Amino acid sequence: MTRLQSTFARLRDKRAPGLVTYITAGDPDLDRTAGILRALDRAGADVLEVGVPFSDPLADGPVIQRATERALASGTTLSRVLDLLRELRTDIAAPIVIFSYANPILRLGAEQFADRAREAGVDGVLVLDLPIEEADEFRTMLAGRGIDTILLLSPTTTDDRLRRAAALGSGFLYAISRLGVTGARDALATGAREMVERIRRVSDLPVALGFGISRPDHVREVAQWADAAVVGSALVDVIAREGASRDLNTRVEEYVRWLKS
Amino acid sequence: MFLKREDLTHTGAHKINNALGQALLAKRMGKRRVVAETGAGQHGVATATACALLGLECRVYMGTEDMRRQALNVVRMQLLGAAVHGVEAGSRTLKDAINEAMRDWVANVDDTYYLLGSALGPHPYPLMVREFQSVIGREARAQILEQAGRLPDVVVACVGGGSNAIGIFDGFIDDAGVRLIGVEAGGETIAPGRHAARFAGGSTGVLQGTRTFVLQDAAGNIELTHSISAGLDYAAVGPEHAWLRELGRTEYAHISDAEALDGFRTLARLEGILPALESSHAIAYTMQLTPTLQPGSIVLVNLSGRGDKDVQTVIDSGGRVLSDPADAR
Repeated sequence: MTRLQSTFARLRDKRAPGLVTYITAGDPDLDRTAGILRALDRAGADVLEVGVPFSDPLADGPVIQRATERALASGTTLSRVLDLLRELRTDIAAPIVIFSYANPILRLGAEQFADRAREAGVDGVLVLDLPIEEADEFRTMLAGRGIDTILLLSPTTTDDRLRRAAALGSGFLYAISRLGVTGARDALATGAREMVERIRRVSDLPVALGFGISRPDHVREVAQWADAAVVGSALVDVIAREGASRDLNTRVEEYVRWLKS
Repeated sequence: MFLKREDLTHTGAHKINNALGQALLAKRMGKRRVVAETGAGQHGVATATACALLGLECRVYMGTEDMRRQALNVVRMQLLGAAVHGVEAGSRTLKDAINEAMRDWVANVDDTYYLLGSALGPHPYPLMVREFQSVIGREARAQILEQAGRLPDVVVACVGGGSNAIGIFDGFIDDAGVRLIGVEAGGETIAPGRHAARFAGGSTGVLQGTRTFVLQDAAGNIELTHSISAGLDYAAVGPEHAWLRELGRTEYAHISDAEALDGFRTLARLEGILPALESSHAIAYTMQLTPTLQPGSIVLVNLSGRGDKDVQTVIDSGGRVLSDPADAR
């Protein structure tokens, strides 16, 4: 059983709402990213998504675009993120998922990336702009190293493609709650529940629902039908505001405990 | 040397061929709203025109640097009823406008069609744009056979995303004896951030849904680009160009900003035609190529657009186009 599988199995056993957190690595710099990841783990985040900054984040809204700019300005690269995770891995209990656009991975070399991700103890990889049709070779490369391939599904994904994603993906499926780019919203999208139910009909994989989640009531609502909620932009926003503060890690920890309350 | 006069099409560039085709598709798909990106503004003007004709709401994303240097086209789009939305990210040029148009599209896909202007982006855009632009090559082939009685030896076209080039190349792709040469923007010099010649300084990568030649750094981030012509100022090249080059069917060269200005000036003085700065790259390259060819060779150049939009850029370039020693005599 992979670390992701056992995490979601435990959540299902306890009937507990799962929380997946996203941060952009290197925002404001990689040293502070290390502290933030430890804080998230302490606060009880169930899965840690670590975003790799890329110059053209076309699936991201303004909050993560800004974080990406700060991370690139601090000299963050995929290679340095992998080095950091390798140093940190034994300090952190939660599974770690790398969240990246395709190009940084291709530039490093998919095979070399897979090797280094394994050495760094990475549990899953999500490539935002890797279509299902092109994913098979990469998925096999990761699976051979015990790493799960996380695939994204959106409300416009047809049932046929849902089935293909369910067959290819592992660890969990990441459902986008509404059309559009990343970013916090006041209310959950109306079609979110139906989206998760459509996935349930074709797959037993755990489902995490993201895009637009920022408050504990969202997390509780999502947990009624999905395995976990993903919080990204709202957390990145806390880091943007507190990035220079000595209390950064405390603020992050408080925010995650509040989300889980 | 023959010129394929795409500058004479309605709105002043080849872009209308594709814009009208895709706008009809949008209409047939039942979409009521169209988003587009634009670099030089020619695709934006063409899209705004097609949307005005077909009664579609139109929003055009354009980098603020491009809005500054193509101010005339911004006003033309607005006059045609389009909303022009400035994009501040990155180098504030075409790539950044595409990112923003795609973000709009994915959020509003229910009622919105993305009318992409060049032979790039995710499938099926490269194929679809080539299809709509292939009219250039079909016409040009028939016209040169009629006027010259034979096929050209060389076909030359400028390449940004590469839609005018892929359109004219398409007509000659099966004529093995015809050399097909694409001309990229050499900018100031071939150094990171100072040009847009992907085949000279790039490597394989993925940008905006396409795997092709891309200007990128060691970590896989997309490099900034520079060209005097907004329409060639883009970090990736259409994937079919990369493929045809790999097959050995097409060749690519690059022309600097200064050489392009010389091409602009030469065509204006000799033929009475103001070419777009994009097309001026093809003109300038042809001027370098012809002395190396056998006498009697035929070179067909795609004059993809007219240069009225570039007059301000030419003035700002320091007067080397306007002041000719010949005028003083």
